[in-house]
Formats: sequence, C-alpha cells, structure tokens
Amino acid sequence: MSLIDLANPTRFLALSARLLPWLAGATIILLAIGLYQSALAPDDYQQGATVKIMFIHVPNAWLSMFVWGVMSIASLGTLVWRHPLADVAAKAAAPIGASFTFLALLTGSLWGRPMWGTYWEWDARLTSVLILFLMYLGLMALWRAVDDPSRAARAAAVLTLVGAINLPIIKFSVDWWNTLHQPASVMRMGGSTLDKSFLIPLLVMAIAFTLLFVTLHLAAMRNEILRRRVRSLQMMQASRVAFSSELSTGSREENASKGAA
Amino acid sequence: MMSLGPYAPFIVTSYAAAALVVVILIGWIVLDYRSQTGRLRELERSGVTRRSARSSTDRP
Amino acid sequence: MTALSALIRRDIRIALRVGGGALIGVLFFLTVVVLMPFAVGPDLALLSRLGPAILWLGALLASLLTLDRLFMADHEDGSLDLITMSRTPLELACAAKALAHWLAAGLPLIVATPVLGLLLNLDMVATAAVALTLLAGTPALTFTGMIGAALAVTLHRGGLLMAVLVLPLSIPVLIFGVAASQAVIVGPMNFGAPFSILCALSLVSLVIGPFAAAASLRHGLD
Repeated sequence: MSLIDLANPTRFLALSARLLPWLAGATIILLAIGLYQSALAPDDYQQGATVKIMFIHVPNAWLSMFVWGVMSIASLGTLVWRHPLADVAAKAAAPIGASFTFLALLTGSLWGRPMWGTYWEWDARLTSVLILFLMYLGLMALWRAVDDPSRAARAAAVLTLVGAINLPIIKFSVDWWNTLHQPASVMRMGGSTLDKSFLIPLLVMAIAFTLLFVTLHLAAMRNEILRRRVRSLQMMQASRVAFSSELSTGSREENASKGAA
Repeated sequence: MMSLGPYAPFIVTSYAAAALVVVILIGWIVLDYRSQTGRLRELERSGVTRRSARSSTDRP
Repeated sequence: MTALSALIRRDIRIALRVGGGALIGVLFFLTVVVLMPFAVGPDLALLSRLGPAILWLGALLASLLTLDRLFMADHEDGSLDLITMSRTPLELACAAKALAHWLAAGLPLIVATPVLGLLLNLDMVATAAVALTLLAGTPALTFTGMIGAALAVTLHRGGLLMAVLVLPLSIPVLIFGVAASQAVIVGPMNFGAPFSILCALSLVSLVIGPFAAAASLRHGLD
C-alpha cells in the first residue's frame, strides 16, 4: 500500500520526463500544419475572412468541455478509486481549462463583433460557455481556499461531478431561454454543414490544441507533485525543528531537576 | 501573403490573444517547475530527506 | 423513520427560534424587493413587467443566504458528528435537514409573495403564478444549495465562496421559474411546458443534492 503510494508519483515523474519532449514536439508540428492550412483556407462566401477565427475558436470551445470531462474522470478517481494521482490531475487541469474557456469566450466575442455588430450577444452557446467559465473560476477559488490538498481535493471532486451532471442541464436551459428571447434571425455560428476546405484545418487545429492541453497538463501535474513534495518536506523540517527545540528544553528541565535533587 | 479583408484587426487580435494566453500558460508552468525544483534541491541540501515519513502528510 | 422526523422537527424548531435565520430570510426577501423600485424607478408598468424576475432573484438570494448555516451550526455544537455516525443513512439525514430548512425558510417566502406582488403591481393571476413557480422551484434551490453548504462546512469557509459555487448551478431553475411566470403574464408561451420542466429540475435536485452533500460530508469530515 505505502509502496504504491510512494512509487506512483515517482514513476509518474520519470514517465512524464520521458514523454514531455515528444508531446511538445508533436504539438508544435501539428500546430504549424494547422496554422498553415488555416492560413490557406479560402474565405467563406458569407462570413469572409472572419471564418479564420473559427480555427481557434472551435478548438478552444471543444477543450473547455473536454477539460471538464477530464476533471470529472479524475474526480471519480479521487472519490471512488482513491488513486493518489487523481486529485493532482484534477487540480492541475483547472487553470488550463479556465484559460481555454477564456480564449473561447474572447475569440467568440471577437468573431461576433463583425457578424452581429456587438462584442457580446446573449447567444446560447456563448452564454453557456460563460457559465462554464464561472464554474471553472469557482472551482479554482475552492482549490485556493483550503491549505490541505487532500481535503480540498475531495470537496473539489464533489463539485466537479455535480457540475458535470449540471452542465448538460444548463446547456439545455440556456438554449431554451435563448429561443424564447431571441428572434430566429440571429445568425448561427458555423452554419449547418462545413466544407471540406474548412473541416480539415479545423480538425488538425483541434487535435493540435488537444495535444497542447495534454502536454501542459502533464507538465502542470509534475509541478503539482513537486509542490506537494516541497510542502511535506517543509512540514517535516518544521516538525523536526519544533521537536529538537522541545527535546533541548526538555533535557534542560531534566538537568535542572537533577541539579535541584 | 493572404488578404484578411475589412475585419483583419479582429482576426489578428484573436490569434494574438490565443498565442498570448498559451505563452503565459507555458511560462507559468516553466517558472513553477523551476521554483519547485529549486526549493526541493535547497531542502535536500539542508538535510531534509524524502521517503521517510512523508506518507502521513502527503497522501491520505 | 422516527429518527428522521425527530431531526426534521428539531431543525424546524431551531430555525423558528429567535436565533434561527428563517424569518430573517423573509425580512431579507422583503428588503430586496423594496430596494428594487429605488434602482429602476417607481414606474409601475415597468415594475409589473420585471415583477416575476425580481421576486425570483429575491427568493434565490434569500434561500442562499439562509442556507449558509444549514450544516455550520450543527458542526459547531458537534451534532453533525452524531448525525454522520448514526445508523440512518447520511443521504437521508441530509435530505431531512434540507426538507426542514425548506419548510422553515422556503415556505415563508412563498407565503410572503402575495404581499410583495402587491408592491410590484402584479395582478392576482400573476401573483398566483409566481407563488406557484416558487413553490415548485424553491426545493430545487434548497437542495442544490445544500451541496454548497456541505462543502462550506467541510472547508470551514462559507459566505461568498459558497455563493460563487452554487449560483451557476441554480441558473436553470431561475430560467424556467421566471419563464413560467412570464408565460402567464405576457407570454404567448403556455404555462405548462416551463412549469413541468421546473418540476423536473426540482425532482432531479432532490436526488442529486442529498447524495452530493452526503459524499462531501463523509469525505470531508474524517
């Protein structure tokens, strides 16, 4: 039991050190291909060159949901299987997911300015991404609110799973709310069918961004393991200092009592 | 070079923002890694060793 | 069963006592609604249009504020440990506590709604619709908020953090609650569809809430 507890993070560190350069390389190559292809992609007959924003907006929007899925699986790992690395994975993923969600919102609003004429439209998709962003921030606040990582991990795991159940409900209700309040003339992003000349760069970019997430997540998990190691070592150091000072005062008292006798 | 049409600022801004955020993320992770390994080395140099009695504080 | 009913009776009695927060919740609800005309101006037509939204927001905030103490007081005097250790399943105990909280703090809000509807220039039918949607929707608010309360007690943090965590989860309830009441007042929409979805949300939260709260208490208190 304790062997596994000790070995797992160490083995993980070794594995991540071996994997990270390859992952980073693959990410860079795929990103380069994707950027090149999206630069070559033709203009949309309706949206003009602004369709190029899609190539980074859609991967970020996809990742904003994918990362929550990763965190949900990690939360199951924390609560059900009690895997020692699960809460590390969940904690490391939250800021990265929040960044991608922020990018999805930002690029969506930059795309909306030419299309809708305003930076922000209470469009169903943008609104649900905004709520997702709020939930990421709440989760990060929860992680930050507590010192003890294992206690914070279980609370965050419960919240992540509740969020995962609620996210489809929120999406559905926001869609419903939107059709109630918006006339149907609002232009839908993306359109119904995508031409092949858009689809291939989009797919390449989506895979590249997913690889980027995997790379960053692995590196952030490594940082988190190291941070916990530092924390436990500092606690050991502190307790050792306290213990030795206690010892010395104790022996002094003993000497004093001996002297008195 | 390609022409971006009348909405070039929006396209360029969104790509630049994505690049900026990703660079900030990478920078944060790299700096964090450096500071954690540095602290770890410092602690080990000062004589605090790992492995012994860390299961009680680190993992439940 | 007797243990659960004893728990419910005890919680209601505590909530209705002077120190309990139940009646302060109603007072808060009243104050929020009275504040609204100062923000938007005393335009009665506008107020009657915004009425259901104002009432729903007030009820949401009031139930959130009173929920803060749901587990905290029991944690402080140690009775929460007894509840977690007792033979009744923790999920059921959580559900009983939430039910007691709803009876003590949620129902008074609904009773107060007609008076507040009068202030907001809502007619009889509209007030009845808002009260009915609140009756169907506030259990969902209580049972989702309970998750936040359980997290707050295990983290020893309450207040703002809990509100930040719980409010996004209550967006669907707000949407369908307000939509159903608006449907009666202005809408071409019929009342049935949003109202039945609201009831469904309440039922779903009735299941999810106790399980999540019990999980967070069980994992957080040991």
